[in-house]
Amino acid sequence: MKALMGYIAGLLFGLGLAISGMTDPARVLGFLDVAGAWDPTLIFVLGGAVVTTFIGYRLVLRRDRPLVAQGFQLPTRRDLDGRLIGGAALFGIGWGLSGYCPGPAFASIAGITPPLVAMLATMIGGWFLARKLPAKA
Amino acid sequence: MDVTATIHGLIGGVLIGLSAVWLMATLGRIAGISGILSGLLTRSSPGDSAWRLTFFLGLISGPLILMLLGSGLGEGLGNVVNAPAKVIGEPAGGIGLMLLAGLLVGVGTGIGGGCTSGHGVCGMARLSTRSIVATVTFLLVAMLTVYVTRHAIGGGA
Repeated sequence: MKALMGYIAGLLFGLGLAISGMTDPARVLGFLDVAGAWDPTLIFVLGGAVVTTFIGYRLVLRRDRPLVAQGFQLPTRRDLDGRLIGGAALFGIGWGLSGYCPGPAFASIAGITPPLVAMLATMIGGWFLARKLPAKA
Repeated sequence: MDVTATIHGLIGGVLIGLSAVWLMATLGRIAGISGILSGLLTRSSPGDSAWRLTFFLGLISGPLILMLLGSGLGEGLGNVVNAPAKVIGEPAGGIGLMLLAGLLVGVGTGIGGGCTSGHGVCGMARLSTRSIVATVTFLLVAMLTVYVTRHAIGGGA
Protein backbone atom coordinates (compact mmCIF):
# COMPACT_ATOMS: atom_id res chain seq x y z
CA MET A 1 0.00 0.00 0.00
CA LYS A 2 2.88 2.38 0.84
CA ALA A 3 4.39 1.64 -2.58
CA LEU A 4 1.11 2.50 -4.35
CA MET A 5 0.79 5.78 -2.42
CA GLY A 6 4.39 6.63 -3.32
CA TYR A 7 3.71 5.89 -6.99
CA ILE A 8 0.66 8.20 -7.05
CA ALA A 9 2.65 11.00 -5.40
CA GLY A 10 5.51 10.59 -7.90
CA LEU A 11 3.08 10.49 -10.83
CA LEU A 12 1.35 13.73 -9.75
CA PHE A 13 4.76 15.33 -9.30
CA GLY A 14 6.02 14.18 -12.70
CA LEU A 15 2.82 15.34 -14.44
CA GLY A 16 3.08 18.70 -12.67
CA LEU A 17 6.71 19.24 -13.71
CA ALA A 18 5.98 18.30 -17.33
CA ILE A 19 2.74 20.30 -17.74
CA SER A 20 4.35 23.38 -16.20
CA GLY A 21 7.40 23.20 -18.48
CA MET A 22 9.91 22.64 -15.70
CA THR A 23 11.26 19.72 -17.76
CA ASP A 24 12.57 22.37 -20.17
CA PRO A 25 15.84 23.94 -18.95
CA ALA A 26 15.19 26.91 -21.29
CA ARG A 27 11.96 27.66 -19.38
CA VAL A 28 13.76 27.58 -16.03
CA LEU A 29 16.80 29.59 -17.22
CA GLY A 30 14.41 32.13 -18.76
CA PHE A 31 13.04 32.76 -15.27
CA LEU A 32 16.51 32.95 -13.69
CA ASP A 33 17.68 35.39 -16.40
CA VAL A 34 16.29 38.53 -14.79
CA ALA A 35 18.48 40.79 -16.97
CA GLY A 36 17.31 39.16 -20.22
CA ALA A 37 13.90 38.36 -21.76
CA TRP A 38 12.43 37.39 -18.38
CA ASP A 39 10.00 34.44 -18.35
CA PRO A 40 7.76 34.57 -15.25
CA THR A 41 6.36 31.01 -15.62
CA LEU A 42 8.34 29.53 -12.72
CA ILE A 43 6.80 31.98 -10.25
CA PHE A 44 3.34 30.60 -11.11
CA VAL A 45 4.59 27.02 -10.73
CA LEU A 46 6.20 27.70 -7.35
CA GLY A 47 3.28 29.89 -6.23
CA GLY A 48 0.65 27.32 -7.27
CA ALA A 49 2.58 24.55 -5.51
CA VAL A 50 3.25 26.48 -2.29
CA VAL A 51 -0.34 27.74 -1.91
CA THR A 52 -1.80 24.28 -2.60
CA THR A 53 0.63 22.67 -0.13
CA PHE A 54 0.04 25.40 2.50
CA ILE A 55 -3.72 24.77 2.45
CA GLY A 56 -3.43 20.98 2.11
CA TYR A 57 -0.90 20.57 4.95
CA ARG A 58 -3.20 22.50 7.30
CA LEU A 59 -6.04 20.07 6.59
CA VAL A 60 -3.88 16.94 6.67
CA LEU A 61 -1.82 17.75 9.78
CA ARG A 62 -4.97 18.08 11.89
CA ARG A 63 -5.31 14.33 11.70
CA ASP A 64 -3.68 12.07 14.29
CA ARG A 65 -1.61 10.15 11.78
CA PRO A 66 -1.15 9.54 8.05
CA LEU A 67 -3.34 6.96 6.29
CA VAL A 68 -0.74 4.21 5.88
CA ALA A 69 2.14 5.15 8.22
CA GLN A 70 2.71 5.47 11.97
CA GLY A 71 3.21 9.23 12.19
CA PHE A 72 4.04 12.46 10.40
CA GLN A 73 7.79 12.93 9.94
CA LEU A 74 8.43 16.67 9.91
CA PRO A 75 11.79 18.44 10.16
CA THR A 76 12.30 19.93 13.62
CA ARG A 77 15.51 21.96 13.20
CA ARG A 78 15.22 25.74 13.34
CA ASP A 79 18.85 26.92 13.44
CA LEU A 80 20.56 28.47 10.43
CA ASP A 81 24.01 27.04 9.80
CA GLY A 82 26.81 27.06 7.24
CA ARG A 83 25.78 23.74 5.75
CA LEU A 84 22.26 24.96 4.97
CA ILE A 85 23.36 28.23 3.39
CA GLY A 86 26.56 26.93 1.78
CA GLY A 87 24.69 23.92 0.39
CA ALA A 88 21.90 26.11 -0.99
CA ALA A 89 24.51 28.38 -2.63
CA LEU A 90 26.34 25.44 -4.30
CA PHE A 91 22.99 24.08 -5.49
CA GLY A 92 22.12 27.54 -6.87
CA ILE A 93 25.30 27.62 -8.99
CA GLY A 94 24.59 24.16 -10.42
CA TRP A 95 20.94 25.06 -11.05
CA GLY A 96 21.91 28.31 -12.78
CA LEU A 97 24.49 26.53 -14.99
CA SER A 98 22.13 23.75 -16.12
CA GLY A 99 18.52 24.83 -15.57
CA TYR A 100 17.96 21.46 -13.88
CA CYS A 101 17.11 20.97 -10.22
CA PRO A 102 16.82 17.34 -9.06
CA GLY A 103 13.09 16.80 -9.85
CA PRO A 104 13.14 17.96 -13.48
CA ALA A 105 16.51 16.25 -14.10
CA PHE A 106 15.13 12.84 -13.10
CA ALA A 107 11.68 13.50 -14.60
CA SER A 108 13.39 14.15 -17.98
CA ILE A 109 14.67 10.56 -18.21
CA ALA A 110 11.94 9.83 -20.82
CA GLY A 111 13.82 12.24 -23.12
CA ILE A 112 17.31 11.20 -22.05
CA THR A 113 20.37 12.83 -23.67
CA PRO A 114 24.12 12.31 -23.04
CA PRO A 115 24.48 15.64 -21.15
CA LEU A 116 21.56 14.66 -18.88
CA VAL A 117 23.16 11.25 -18.19
CA ALA A 118 26.36 13.10 -17.23
CA MET A 119 24.47 15.39 -14.87
CA LEU A 120 22.50 12.59 -13.19
CA ALA A 121 25.71 10.60 -12.65
CA THR A 122 27.59 13.43 -10.91
CA MET A 123 24.45 14.47 -8.99
CA ILE A 124 24.21 10.98 -7.49
CA GLY A 125 27.97 11.07 -6.85
CA GLY A 126 27.48 14.41 -5.12
CA TRP A 127 24.85 12.90 -2.81
CA PHE A 128 27.32 10.19 -1.75
CA LEU A 129 30.04 12.81 -1.29
CA ALA A 130 27.77 15.01 0.86
CA ARG A 131 27.24 12.09 3.23
CA LYS A 132 31.02 11.81 3.74
CA LEU A 133 31.45 15.45 4.71
CA PRO A 134 31.77 16.24 8.43
CA ALA A 135 28.52 17.07 10.17
CA LYS A 136 29.53 20.53 11.38
CA ALA A 137 30.46 23.52 9.26
CA MET B 1 3.06 37.77 -20.91
CA ASP B 2 2.57 34.36 -22.49
CA VAL B 3 -0.87 33.40 -21.13
CA THR B 4 -0.72 29.75 -22.22
CA ALA B 5 2.66 29.28 -20.55
CA THR B 6 1.34 30.91 -17.38
CA ILE B 7 -1.76 28.68 -17.24
CA HIS B 8 0.40 25.61 -17.80
CA GLY B 9 2.64 26.80 -15.00
CA LEU B 10 -0.25 27.24 -12.56
CA ILE B 11 -1.86 23.87 -13.38
CA GLY B 12 1.49 22.12 -13.06
CA GLY B 13 2.24 23.93 -9.81
CA VAL B 14 -1.09 22.88 -8.29
CA LEU B 15 -0.39 19.25 -9.29
CA ILE B 16 3.04 19.44 -7.60
CA GLY B 17 1.28 20.81 -4.49
CA LEU B 18 -1.29 18.00 -4.60
CA SER B 19 1.58 15.50 -4.78
CA ALA B 20 3.13 17.02 -1.66
CA VAL B 21 -0.22 16.97 0.18
CA TRP B 22 -0.91 13.39 -0.92
CA LEU B 23 2.50 12.17 0.31
CA MET B 24 1.95 13.86 3.69
CA ALA B 25 -1.63 12.55 3.99
CA THR B 26 -0.73 8.95 3.17
CA LEU B 27 2.88 8.39 4.27
CA GLY B 28 3.46 11.42 6.50
CA ARG B 29 6.51 12.48 4.48
CA ILE B 30 7.87 15.68 2.94
CA ALA B 31 7.89 15.56 -0.88
CA GLY B 32 11.51 16.55 -1.35
CA ILE B 33 12.98 15.02 -4.48
CA SER B 34 16.63 15.22 -3.38
CA GLY B 35 15.75 13.69 0.00
CA ILE B 36 13.63 10.88 -1.45
CA LEU B 37 16.06 9.92 -4.22
CA SER B 38 19.30 10.39 -2.26
CA GLY B 39 17.69 8.38 0.53
CA LEU B 40 16.85 5.61 -1.92
CA LEU B 41 20.39 5.54 -3.34
CA THR B 42 22.73 6.35 -0.44
CA ARG B 43 21.03 4.93 2.66
CA SER B 44 19.68 1.53 3.45
CA SER B 45 16.30 2.00 5.10
CA PRO B 46 14.24 -1.13 4.40
CA GLY B 47 10.88 0.41 5.39
CA ASP B 48 11.30 3.30 2.97
CA SER B 49 13.01 1.84 -0.09
CA ALA B 50 9.84 0.53 -1.76
CA TRP B 51 7.82 3.76 -1.70
CA ARG B 52 10.86 5.81 -2.66
CA LEU B 53 11.42 3.56 -5.68
CA THR B 54 7.75 3.73 -6.75
CA PHE B 55 7.80 7.52 -6.26
CA PHE B 56 10.76 7.64 -8.66
CA LEU B 57 8.90 5.43 -11.17
CA GLY B 58 5.87 7.73 -10.93
CA LEU B 59 8.07 10.80 -11.41
CA ILE B 60 9.46 9.51 -14.70
CA SER B 61 6.16 8.04 -15.91
CA GLY B 62 4.31 11.38 -15.60
CA PRO B 63 6.15 13.07 -18.51
CA LEU B 64 6.11 9.78 -20.45
CA ILE B 65 2.30 9.56 -20.19
CA LEU B 66 1.99 13.17 -21.41
CA MET B 67 4.26 12.40 -24.37
CA LEU B 68 2.18 9.36 -25.37
CA LEU B 69 -1.16 11.07 -24.74
CA GLY B 70 -0.06 14.20 -26.60
CA SER B 71 1.07 12.31 -29.69
CA GLY B 72 -2.20 10.32 -29.59
CA LEU B 73 -4.25 13.51 -29.45
CA GLY B 74 -1.96 15.29 -31.93
CA GLU B 75 -1.55 18.05 -29.38
CA GLY B 76 1.35 19.23 -27.21
CA LEU B 77 0.65 18.87 -23.48
CA GLY B 78 3.96 20.23 -22.20
CA ASN B 79 5.29 23.76 -21.91
CA VAL B 80 8.63 23.69 -23.73
CA VAL B 81 9.81 27.11 -24.99
CA ASN B 82 9.20 27.47 -28.76
CA ALA B 83 8.34 23.75 -29.11
CA PRO B 84 4.71 23.22 -28.05
CA ALA B 85 4.68 19.62 -29.31
CA LYS B 86 7.44 18.59 -26.92
CA VAL B 87 7.21 17.66 -23.25
CA ILE B 88 10.93 17.52 -22.43
CA GLY B 89 13.38 20.23 -23.47
CA GLU B 90 17.01 20.02 -24.53
CA PRO B 91 19.88 20.35 -22.03
CA ALA B 92 21.37 23.83 -21.83
CA GLY B 93 24.99 22.70 -22.22
CA GLY B 94 27.34 19.92 -23.18
CA ILE B 95 28.65 17.01 -21.16
CA GLY B 96 31.46 18.96 -19.44
CA LEU B 97 29.18 21.71 -18.14
CA MET B 98 26.59 19.18 -17.02
CA LEU B 99 29.15 17.07 -15.13
CA LEU B 100 30.06 20.16 -13.11
CA ALA B 101 26.44 21.28 -12.65
CA GLY B 102 25.40 17.81 -11.46
CA LEU B 103 28.17 17.66 -8.87
CA LEU B 104 27.20 21.10 -7.51
CA VAL B 105 23.49 20.19 -7.38
CA GLY B 106 24.24 16.84 -5.71
CA VAL B 107 26.67 18.13 -3.08
CA GLY B 108 24.64 21.32 -2.52
CA THR B 109 21.27 19.64 -2.00
CA GLY B 110 22.98 16.89 0.02
CA ILE B 111 24.59 19.20 2.60
CA GLY B 112 21.83 21.84 2.38
CA GLY B 113 19.18 19.24 3.17
CA GLY B 114 16.85 19.88 0.24
CA CYS B 115 16.13 21.36 -3.15
CA THR B 116 13.40 23.29 -4.93
CA SER B 117 10.75 20.81 -3.79
CA GLY B 118 11.75 20.03 -0.19
CA HIS B 119 12.78 23.57 0.79
CA GLY B 120 11.06 25.58 -1.98
CA VAL B 121 7.60 23.98 -1.93
CA CYS B 122 7.13 21.93 1.25
CA GLY B 123 9.35 23.99 3.57
CA MET B 124 7.97 27.33 2.45
CA ALA B 125 4.41 25.97 2.81
CA ARG B 126 5.31 25.06 6.42
CA LEU B 127 6.74 28.59 6.88
CA SER B 128 10.05 27.01 7.96
CA THR B 129 12.72 29.67 8.48
CA ARG B 130 15.48 27.28 7.35
CA SER B 131 13.64 26.52 4.11
CA ILE B 132 12.82 30.16 3.39
CA VAL B 133 16.50 31.11 3.89
CA ALA B 134 17.64 28.18 1.70
CA THR B 135 15.14 29.02 -1.05
CA VAL B 136 16.06 32.71 -1.16
CA THR B 137 19.76 31.72 -1.22
CA PHE B 138 19.55 29.24 -4.09
CA LEU B 139 17.23 31.47 -6.14
CA LEU B 140 19.51 34.50 -5.81
CA VAL B 141 22.70 32.49 -6.47
CA ALA B 142 21.10 30.83 -9.51
CA MET B 143 20.03 34.24 -10.87
CA LEU B 144 23.54 35.59 -10.31
CA THR B 145 25.03 32.52 -12.04
CA VAL B 146 22.81 33.05 -15.09
CA TYR B 147 23.71 36.75 -15.11
CA VAL B 148 27.42 35.93 -15.09
CA THR B 149 27.22 33.21 -17.77
CA ARG B 150 24.82 35.03 -20.10
CA HIS B 151 25.66 38.69 -19.67
CA ALA B 152 29.02 39.19 -17.97
CA ILE B 153 31.10 36.52 -19.73
CA GLY B 154 28.57 35.09 -22.20
CA GLY B 155 28.60 38.10 -24.52
CA GLY B 156 24.91 38.75 -23.97
CA ALA B 157 23.87 35.49 -25.62
